[in-house]
Amino acid sequence: MALLEFGQVAAIARKELRERLRSRWVLAVAAVFTLFALTIAYFGAAQQGTIGFKGIELTIASLVSLAIYLVPLIALILGYDAIVGERERGSLDLLLSLPLTRAELLLGKFLGLASALAVSTFAGFGLVGILLVVQGGAGAAFHYAGFMLSAILMGMAFLALAVLVSVLSASKTAASGIAITLWFAFVLVYDLVLLGVLVLSEGRLPASVLGAALLANPADVFRVLNVFSLEQVKTLYGLSTVAADTLTSPWLLSAAMLAWILLPLALAFRKFRRS
Amino acid sequence: MSTAVIDVAGVSRSFGEVRALADVSLCVGEGELLGLIGHNGAGKSTLIKLMLGLIAADAGEVRIAGAPVRGRGFRDVRRRIAYLPESVVFYDNLSGLETLEFFADLKGVARAACPALLDEVGLGAAAARNVRGYSKGMRQRLGFAQALLGKPEILFLDEPTGGLDPEGIREFYAILARLKSRGVTAVLSSHNLAQIEERVDRLALLQRGRLKAAGSVAELRAGLNLPLAIILKLRAGGAGAMREALGSLEGCALRVEDGLAEVRCPHERKMAVLEIIAAHAGAVTDIDIREPSLEDVFLGYAES
Repeated sequence: MALLEFGQVAAIARKELRERLRSRWVLAVAAVFTLFALTIAYFGAAQQGTIGFKGIELTIASLVSLAIYLVPLIALILGYDAIVGERERGSLDLLLSLPLTRAELLLGKFLGLASALAVSTFAGFGLVGILLVVQGGAGAAFHYAGFMLSAILMGMAFLALAVLVSVLSASKTAASGIAITLWFAFVLVYDLVLLGVLVLSEGRLPASVLGAALLANPADVFRVLNVFSLEQVKTLYGLSTVAADTLTSPWLLSAAMLAWILLPLALAFRKFRRS
Repeated sequence: MSTAVIDVAGVSRSFGEVRALADVSLCVGEGELLGLIGHNGAGKSTLIKLMLGLIAADAGEVRIAGAPVRGRGFRDVRRRIAYLPESVVFYDNLSGLETLEFFADLKGVARAACPALLDEVGLGAAAARNVRGYSKGMRQRLGFAQALLGKPEILFLDEPTGGLDPEGIREFYAILARLKSRGVTAVLSSHNLAQIEERVDRLALLQRGRLKAAGSVAELRAGLNLPLAIILKLRAGGAGAMREALGSLEGCALRVEDGLAEVRCPHERKMAVLEIIAAHAGAVTDIDIREPSLEDVFLGYAES
């Protein structure tokens, strides 16, 4: 017998996506992304005294800052109740009484929610993408597609963390608290602490240590992935000038992001199987 | 008993310091309807979850259709069983039909079967409505429809009539009777003893995680030998005659109040009491003989 029956995984994933589409969650998130993306793309260069759509690289740099705040928050909100919510509703026992393994349920939930996040992200950032491609041609399309794809991967990493939180938590209230704490920790606190350490060490922190520290945060992996792919943008980021050259490898960064997706999922499965 | 479809052998389960089940053993035969009764916290839901393999036993083993419920091969057995939890909240943003189709997909049942099932449980007219707008009773009906998907051979129903109106309860038991006539095996937990008394083949009485008794209602009654009650409606002035005739009867207790006399006596004294009453028929306008109720039996075992 197969360890995973993909028909079961697909059934769970379809239901999750359908629920988010039906509740207009996808539409609402896409609208938020569109609004912020258009605003930032248009007014992003206001500090330099100009407004309007600028080059692809500066626009992506502005959008990276936006995505780093919004995408993890939305992914954590999307996934924190994936399992604990079913448990509180009383539907988890019902689902597990069916010919459905815990691995299929967990994977189906993750894929369904990731699909909802991907649709929202593509739809939300898509309009700005179209405007930039009209201005910048195929090269802009390539860079922008990379930005959107990496944003989705970052969202999936935080979604995997949210699913892990959902498995570990005893209640939805506890899960939401942990999810918000994670957002603060990864998105707000982590870089501040890292910068503090850099300042305290007077720049003597080995580049390899700094590189490893950046890889230890999916939000930073996303930032570095986008920054290092754009020559003009590299100079805007202080961290990029002191980070190890090996960080410029998109393969390493992609592998780190993939690990940020798979490891929390593996831990969640391990815990869920024993629960 | 016919072949055991459900075999619970020496099962115990604790949650922290709380012992939910202690050394429970029972079998359910093919086509049998077993009622699980007990106070809140007696262990009924825990036992059902153990039977379904949703939680592991600390000791003992549960087998369904010969397969250990926590074993790898149990997935195939799951295709033949169905479960209706005590209270389940479905997905607000899906319609009743979409919800049922979702469960049909997971059970490997054709979606085409869903509309007819919704009709069968009385939800045909509400099939397209979002579950968000369903009453508790409608959600319970939807849960029952979900349990009926795929013609299950073994049913686990945890307080299935909670939230149903009297008509819904009648329809539920009518469907259950049809399933039973088809040979379906079922385990049903309930607080409503009067409701299940006439409908189950056997009862298992749980108290504080222990199986206090199991058997048919008649066997359980016989096991306790509870007294039956003979209620007499007396004519005016008949109380004195009854006190004189029945007051000192050995093994019986008489209570006369407000024109009624109640004699409690063991089954074996029933005919003797009735003969005395017949001899004083002029003092009586009506008579009613009551067997100990299931509630009496339940309380009798609980207190024993």
